[in-house]
Amino acid sequence: MDTETLHEQFKRKRRLESRKILLFQLLLLVLIFLFWQITTHYRILDPLIFSSPLAVAKLLVTKVMDATLFPHVWFTLMETVIGFLLGTLLGTLIAISLWSSITVAKVMDPYLVVLNAMPKVALGPMILVIFGPNVLSVIVMAISISVIVSTIVIFSAFQQVNENYLKVMQLFNASKAQTFKHVVLPASIPTIISTLKVNVGLSWVGVIVGEFLVSSKGLGYLIISGFQIFNFNLVFLSLIMIVILATIMYKCVEMIERFLLKKFNF
Amino acid sequence: MAFIDVCNIQHHFFNDHSYTTALKDISFSINEGEFISFIGPSGCGKSTLLSIIAGLIEPTSGVITHEAPSIDIGYMLQQDFLFPWKTIEENISLGLTILNKDEGQIVEDLLKQFRLSHTAKLYPQQLSGGMRQRIALARTLAVNPTLLLLDEPFSALDFHSKLDLENFVSETLKQFSKTAILVTHDIGEAIAMSDKVYLFSNRPGTILKSFTIPDEIRNLVPFDARNAPEYQPIFQTIWKELEANGYGNVT
Repeated sequence: MDTETLHEQFKRKRRLESRKILLFQLLLLVLIFLFWQITTHYRILDPLIFSSPLAVAKLLVTKVMDATLFPHVWFTLMETVIGFLLGTLLGTLIAISLWSSITVAKVMDPYLVVLNAMPKVALGPMILVIFGPNVLSVIVMAISISVIVSTIVIFSAFQQVNENYLKVMQLFNASKAQTFKHVVLPASIPTIISTLKVNVGLSWVGVIVGEFLVSSKGLGYLIISGFQIFNFNLVFLSLIMIVILATIMYKCVEMIERFLLKKFNF
Repeated sequence: MAFIDVCNIQHHFFNDHSYTTALKDISFSINEGEFISFIGPSGCGKSTLLSIIAGLIEPTSGVITHEAPSIDIGYMLQQDFLFPWKTIEENISLGLTILNKDEGQIVEDLLKQFRLSHTAKLYPQQLSGGMRQRIALARTLAVNPTLLLLDEPFSALDFHSKLDLENFVSETLKQFSKTAILVTHDIGEAIAMSDKVYLFSNRPGTILKSFTIPDEIRNLVPFDARNAPEYQPIFQTIWKELEANGYGNVT
């Protein structure tokens, strides 16, 4: 047998393997929904609390028809994307300012540790009072959750840049800004991207908690109001929407990651 | 006055518990176009001395004076430290970009001369170790330094690339008539490449002895120098000197 045929065989084997995995993944999904439907249908699980796939699907159709779902979805998505971008950007900027002065970094160190250890959602009521019961509070909530951890992770990436790279720049008499642009930033791209991925999750936490508190619009608000009137169909519908959106957002960040890593040749 | 005069350099490293004397009573001078080597055991302060000459570290005491009002220093490290996110071309032009100098033909000419023009658009990890070290030399030469500091630039290479690159660096430096200081712990390399060899002692690092390499060896490229009849005797002399000072295992 020639190598060409062997290679074809190898590829076919790989294709079959990945198809098999996909098949099992879909099967598992169907089984979960089937289990959910059957147990609630036969009242093994209380349908009042656990809803059921069919009830959620029905609600989805009604809500799409009377256009009362998408404004909330859109609102939450916007808040999350803005919070996510600003949180990461702000974290990067703070990390840059820490990097540019060793003294500032040393002075700020214990404050960062305290801020990082503190559960940011505890600030919720304060944020609500300061920024008012509106979209701004929700975004600030999202930023506050992701910004400190971004700062810490990105700053430590800046510090871990191989010191011989810095020596090369020093020997060319490069300024701090030049060193940052040519060496420190590109060397830290993989870390910055990995914080992006973490921040997708964190921003969703911030936005949903923010909407719980502000309670006027968005998927977080739908969950709270569904809970208050004991309409768990609505709670589950919102949950499923959140899961789908968060996954899409994560996949988008993964695409950006692939593009950037290729661009900077990692 | 010589091209560079190094006078009574002394350097200490401090930490919370103690201090170490890295260098003591270092004095020597280099003439323009000369190639000198420092050999000695690892950790004897040779690299520290290079950093001091390069102006990266301020010595505890002592002065370095040079003839020219200012000297541009090129530094070649043990590994190439080319930036993986820049192409070969961008890596070589980096120094010029930072100094805001017009790169013009410099990069292209260097690549042509090094017979590596085909690598201009490639990235460092696509090249072999020897080629990368050549590119690192091109990056150093691009800014046209008057003094070159070579900190064990061949130690991370396999034997074949090492011999190959020794010839290449030696010829290139002669062609550009550069003054150079090489740090190494390979006695053969020091003899084959330099005009003068300084032998260092360990902790604190001082110059124990200096050896002037005879013209017969100096006029040959490093590879041929290793086979010259005058090579073995001087190798033996330096070897014995090192053993006498308790560093039998320096190579």
